[in-house]
Amino acid sequence: MTNNLRFKTSRFIDETYRISFKFNNKTYFGFKGDTLASALLANGIHLVGRSFKYHRPRGIMTSGSEEPNAIIQLNDNSSRTEPNVRATEVEIYEGLVASSQNCWPSVNFDVGGINNLLSPILPAGFYYKTFMWPASFWEKYEYFIRKSAGLGKSPKVADPDIYEHHYMHCDVLVIGGGISGIMAAKMAAKNGFKTLLVEEKSYLGGSSIYDNSEFSKINNQITSSWLEKEINEISKLENLEIKTRTSVAAYHGYNFLLARENLTDHLPISQRENKVRQRLLKIRAKKVITATGSIERPLIFDNNDRPGIMLSSAIKKYIDLYGVACGENNILFTNNDTAYETAMSLIQRGIKINAIIDNREQIDSKISYEVEKNNIKIYKGYSVVDTYGYRRINKISIMKLSKDGQTVIGDKTKLNCDCLGLSGGWTPAVHLFTQSGGKLKFREEDQVFIPNVYPSDQISIGSCNGDFSLDEIIKNTLSSIKKFLDIDNSEYKTIETISGLNQSKRNIWLLPSDKSIGKTKSFVDYQNDATAKDIKLALREGFRSIEHVKRYTTTGMGTDQGKLGNMHALGIISETAGTKMGEHGTTTFRPPYTPLTFGTIVGRNVGEFFDIFRRTPIHDWHVANNAEFENVGQWKRAWYYPKDNENMHQAVQRESKAARDSAGILDASTLGKIDIQGTDASEFLNRVYTNAWSKLAVGKCRYGLMLNEDGMVYDDGVTTRLGENHYIMTTTTGGAANVLGKLEDYLQTEWPELDVYLSSVTDHYATISVCGPNSKKIVSKVIPDLDLSDEKFPHMSFKNAKINNIKCRVMRISFTGEHSYEINIQANFGKSVWEKCMEAGKDFNITPYGTETMHLLRAEKGFIIVGQDTDATLTPIDLQMDWIVSKKKYDFIGKRSLYRSDTIREDRKQLVGLLTENPEEVLEEGAQIVADIKKSPIEMLGHVTSSYYSPNLKKSIALGVVKGGKNMLGQKLIIPMENKNINVTVADPVFLDKEGERLNAKL
Amino acid sequence: MFLINCPFCGEREQSEFKAGGEAHIVRPKQPTELSDDEWAEYLFMRKNIKGVQFERWNHVHGCRKWFNMVRDTSNDQIKAVYKMGEKPPVE
Ligand SMILES: [Zn+2]
Repeated sequence: MTNNLRFKTSRFIDETYRISFKFNNKTYFGFKGDTLASALLANGIHLVGRSFKYHRPRGIMTSGSEEPNAIIQLNDNSSRTEPNVRATEVEIYEGLVASSQNCWPSVNFDVGGINNLLSPILPAGFYYKTFMWPASFWEKYEYFIRKSAGLGKSPKVADPDIYEHHYMHCDVLVIGGGISGIMAAKMAAKNGFKTLLVEEKSYLGGSSIYDNSEFSKINNQITSSWLEKEINEISKLENLEIKTRTSVAAYHGYNFLLARENLTDHLPISQRENKVRQRLLKIRAKKVITATGSIERPLIFDNNDRPGIMLSSAIKKYIDLYGVACGENNILFTNNDTAYETAMSLIQRGIKINAIIDNREQIDSKISYEVEKNNIKIYKGYSVVDTYGYRRINKISIMKLSKDGQTVIGDKTKLNCDCLGLSGGWTPAVHLFTQSGGKLKFREEDQVFIPNVYPSDQISIGSCNGDFSLDEIIKNTLSSIKKFLDIDNSEYKTIETISGLNQSKRNIWLLPSDKSIGKTKSFVDYQNDATAKDIKLALREGFRSIEHVKRYTTTGMGTDQGKLGNMHALGIISETAGTKMGEHGTTTFRPPYTPLTFGTIVGRNVGEFFDIFRRTPIHDWHVANNAEFENVGQWKRAWYYPKDNENMHQAVQRESKAARDSAGILDASTLGKIDIQGTDASEFLNRVYTNAWSKLAVGKCRYGLMLNEDGMVYDDGVTTRLGENHYIMTTTTGGAANVLGKLEDYLQTEWPELDVYLSSVTDHYATISVCGPNSKKIVSKVIPDLDLSDEKFPHMSFKNAKINNIKCRVMRISFTGEHSYEINIQANFGKSVWEKCMEAGKDFNITPYGTETMHLLRAEKGFIIVGQDTDATLTPIDLQMDWIVSKKKYDFIGKRSLYRSDTIREDRKQLVGLLTENPEEVLEEGAQIVADIKKSPIEMLGHVTSSYYSPNLKKSIALGVVKGGKNMLGQKLIIPMENKNINVTVADPVFLDKEGERLNAKL
Repeated sequence: MFLINCPFCGEREQSEFKAGGEAHIVRPKQPTELSDDEWAEYLFMRKNIKGVQFERWNHVHGCRKWFNMVRDTSNDQIKAVYKMGEKPPVE
């Protein structure tokens, strides 16, 4: 295909390397070095998408990450598909497949375009105003809105690519590899600073690297050739690491930055296998130099969004860097001199410029005279008032601006074009600076926000600091960096610059029209279809804060975060409200600067590494024996062991029955274990538990309840006195880490005088609990040397023992109400001891049971589970556990709170047992408890905390908390459910063996 | 993300630390002798200053030591860190 849009003049394009790609199902060709955008433009394609709300045809607008329109779906229908990709940033590769988003059935004919005709009834806030009431209708609306809106499609299968996170440390981080960034990096590296330079594009040099104009020179050399030598030099510096295709996403406090390094997206798909696709760099820099450049502003006028309307600087870049002409019949519309540089680039290659429309009356610069010399008609003091052409611009109309720039006057002139370049001046890219907490100031003379107060050791240089002329950029970069790094040698001798540009500008945020504002569509935010009219409407409706206007009109809320239009929105707001720019503040720029993939964010933490879990030493046995697992904190605990297609209920009934009738075995290794030593260990326990510890004999165990300082139950467990000054405390599975932290806190900060040492030994031991009437026989087979007689080894005591010469600790304690033993042994022997118990228990139908059965068994006994029956609002008194609160002790954590006016209220929620009228009816945990359902509103008295069907009692049992429940024994209450009311009676929370006969039975 | 100079370990990432609220609130030695109001003052009342604030921090994923920090909450600048029991540096 012959192509009169491609010019063989660019050294960045490799014309010997042809690449084919597909866009909207058609095959095109480009060259190595092209972006998807430049390759499409070379094929004469501007129309690439439809706008979000009105479905207006939209074209490629820019040449970089600020692109609002050309966002496409990459690799559709593959596992690597990615929505919302900017065509201006995609480097083409063999096999690339891309398609337009937000259009149906095709970008050229889109049904949603009807919205454009309906636009008078789709003003700002339309969705809020119309669809939010009545609220119940929202569900119906939502389906249609989501169907017709929506940007792109998310992949349906797992991402096959590899991502990783990488920490980096440096003395100096330079963000941006344009001319000032390169100079800064060289100065830093050559002066001994370990320097990292990151650049989001694939090449260094920024816009200066393709500046071949005679009008800007450095030391009498063309800017691009001077810069190329500089790049060559720095690429050899040892102290400098350069990362291209690396975009800083977030700049946090203390110079902590996140950047995304793109490693394979530019490679042919065949070369990507087994390579890391993207890396998230976590950079900690001592000093940061921000050289992020600036973004050209569009101009805001009626119908300023047609395909073929682009930024003037983008037109220049496409011709100079990619050798691509964006149009054959161009018009430039500007309020400053930079458009004339674009004009010169076009003139050099003989590309037709039909006219230049300049807002300014007076233009006095070398470059403008040169353009005029080339017989280009310049309309001075004019503005574009309208554009024409549906899928591509074909005409504009212009009018003269009044002196004050508020109106247009005189006759309308129509001019033909197929491409319109806009230049509204430049906006410093201060996004990262403000993310870091930097404060901006507004510079009146050219209407820009520039960095003012730096929150950390950092500096902004170049055009992101508001230096726009080549001369200023170089001069200020040299002096600022010298000062910032405190160095004498700038590494540069005198630098002379020549520039043909003048810095004059005529800034008009919203250009006047011959139509009333209500009849115009002057787009401020292209991606979200927010117009100047919408912003004015928001102000008329009373919105003043920029953050509110932003949300109401959705200005700046697209994937581009309004990089092009935010300044205009601010300008229009202050002009309309009659306030000064900056008074309303700016909107907050939030990370990421450009969107990140989920892959980059999670890195290697995918699949089983997404949420790491802890396994007990006996885990493999549970897996081999068909256990279902439950997550408890980070642990995987055996939940129940279904046999022969049992469901959970059936398995739990069988396990619970076996544990009481003969023998059950539980893996209790996950319980927290804290080793406590020191001469003040007993005193320490006195202070942290509600009951007394000093008199506990060595070799004995005791149950303890721990409160918060507010008197609420925090944790519980059995603690054993191993020696005079040595205890082992057990905590709940989920509470282990927090309990240790709390104990350390008190020891270090409140009671540093206590001689106590704490050590977490949870992982050191496997804990096997054998319970039931036959537990004694089983344990005596496993540990024959241990005297299990009640005299030698009574309930709540402990013995050191040995199994095959391996030391272990055996406690006779019970959480089930049955006679039971807990064997604690070095973790790596856990599984073999478990298997030994299973073998020894064979004749007694020893039955492994999981957490569900454990919960059922303890509920039969009315034992609480902290976190299930309690929720940090219950005191021990509320739990009817007054017996565990020492009256004698002078102090313990939470004691004083137990008689605050609130904690002694009689009508607090208190733990009670609940029995259903129908013994087969099992309550739902969490169900509400009420007394009277006739009076409305119904007063809620409490809720069910634990509920089971007990196979041992052959009836349903439940625990719950009820207001004033302590004094309601025998009273009838109601559990209202969706389709019925369940009658219950308040009962004693101990349902089984209140006298402890099973526990103390002679076996 | 802060870079915190643990008085025991040196500079470490904020992700290794846990914040523990206002510093220099001493647990009363004789809580039982306090009125409800006095106890509530100790238990619940915290300043939450915008500006320079004295805070407790714990190097939870490091040496597990508690220490104090002087931090300006308006700009997150850490002015000083010092060990438990030490006097705060004079402003
Ligand atoms: Zn430390």
